[in-house]
Amino acid sequence: MRILTYIRQVLDAEESVHVANNAAALENSKLVMDTMDEYGVEEALRLRESGIEAEIVAVAVGPARVQDALRTALAMGVDRAIHVETDTRLDPIALSKVLAQIAQQEDATLILSGGQQADWDSHALGAATAERLNWPQATWVSALELKGTTLTGKHDVDEGSETFTLELPAVITTQQGLNEPRYPTLPNIMKSKKKELRKESLDGFEVTPKLNFVSAGIQVKNRLNKILDGKDAPAAASQLVDLLRNQAKVIA
Amino acid sequence: MILLVVEHANGKVSKSTWEMVTAARELSQQQSVTPVAALVLGNNIAAIATEIARAVDQVLVADLPALAQYDPELWSAAVAQIAREGEASVILIGGSRSGREYSPRVAIKLDAPLLEDVISLKISGDKKLEAQRYTYLARVTETIETSAPIAVVTIKPGVFNPATPRAEAAEQFDVDLTLATSRLKVTGKTAERSSRVSLAEAEIVVSGGRGVGSAEGFTQYVEALADQLGAAVGATRAIVDAGWRPYSEQVGQTGKTVQPKLYIAIGISGAVQHLSGMNKSKTIVAINRDAEAPIFKIADYGIVGDVPQLVPAILAELKK
Repeated sequence: MRILTYIRQVLDAEESVHVANNAAALENSKLVMDTMDEYGVEEALRLRESGIEAEIVAVAVGPARVQDALRTALAMGVDRAIHVETDTRLDPIALSKVLAQIAQQEDATLILSGGQQADWDSHALGAATAERLNWPQATWVSALELKGTTLTGKHDVDEGSETFTLELPAVITTQQGLNEPRYPTLPNIMKSKKKELRKESLDGFEVTPKLNFVSAGIQVKNRLNKILDGKDAPAAASQLVDLLRNQAKVIA
Repeated sequence: MILLVVEHANGKVSKSTWEMVTAARELSQQQSVTPVAALVLGNNIAAIATEIARAVDQVLVADLPALAQYDPELWSAAVAQIAREGEASVILIGGSRSGREYSPRVAIKLDAPLLEDVISLKISGDKKLEAQRYTYLARVTETIETSAPIAVVTIKPGVFNPATPRAEAAEQFDVDLTLATSRLKVTGKTAERSSRVSLAEAEIVVSGGRGVGSAEGFTQYVEALADQLGAAVGATRAIVDAGWRPYSEQVGQTGKTVQPKLYIAIGISGAVQHLSGMNKSKTIVAINRDAEAPIFKIADYGIVGDVPQLVPAILAELKK
């Protein structure tokens, strides 16, 4: 079987965000593979290590720099990578058209993708791709097993979690708790340099986004920052409760 | 037509739905009074249909045993069908986990853009929609705009004011659905067991982090204060990973996003992933031993000191 794992390159969570020209400015910031997508890469590797014969292909769409995230995936153990190179920012609905076409070209039967994107804060890519392929999906998966063509697992729903079964082909969106992603080892980093990283142009995918990005801004809510010294606990507690009751008026 | 998909639980219309009603009414007024229709999907939902009839111009009801359980394929097919038949220009869906799961499918079926998890919504120019949403772990606010005559929108919970019901009730219609096949087979369910108010709907949230010391410390300080205030309980990823609390209580990037009137952070240092789940709360209180903890930077009120001394003192003060 062939597994596709979709990868995004995002701002490292420890970095502060800057905005310039009506968009988040990422130049000069540390960029990493989205942690949510790392769970997908790791899970694909674990499925293979559990005895399933699979080729694992990492896919990314974005500017030239995105290949660094694909290199990380290759170093983790992915077999080859496809980079659809474009400077156009695509919303998840438009992006799903690219991913679905690659899945068909590659004859993939399982797609793994992060449950929520750390930059665009979107949940949509996995479900949108599944819909385009007419595949089922399971989102927010925290445990996964594959026997033959049947996936079993556990995922989070509105209030609580469910166990499920699902037949391939399918889309799975991944999240924290599914696994602990491995760090690439030096020998694997060396090996990965020889692996195929194929470049494709976005033109062939006939994508016409219906969403425009207009502007971006950083809004900082002004906070009172009234910080009390807690050495005298009863006095501080009394002052806090008074402030919450009579100034903020948020408790009775 | 503006089509609003009703979120409901335990025989009641959810608060998120009343918030969507506000968004729908605002849009309707801007669009020279486009009618608002509510779609109710489920089984044994007569009471819900009656309740939502006081909010909209028309209620569409699909009350079927096959819809007893939410399923992304069933829901998206039903919503897309009703949207097509009613020639809806805007489809409003709740920003719950399930809403954000099936809405992309609706958008693809209708060849429409998806405005995801929006915090504001208005008509801009020639019937296009303009919306704002949070990105980059809720640190950036982005404005987006559609370039299509139809749009699917998910509304972020806790942002719009819940609408008040009207005196008169709208007419109800049963709809015929071509049901999709559900391919995800659910084999078991673990409900969030909690006698407390749910995190998403709570006016007050009390959360704990590593600074509470242990699972016992969490019960002693966080849960006790939450019970005193009638609040929901939240936790950081660190203590969920440590097994002190269930994942269902996690607040942050990979957990829940909350926006209560009052958020009390106990023993939480304030990692950016946690802040992204709570930094829009109206009033934030932080209690932490480390005066340099990032949580104090976004706090309205804070006490620098020891949790085991401070929380019992606050409880005593509240009980006075």
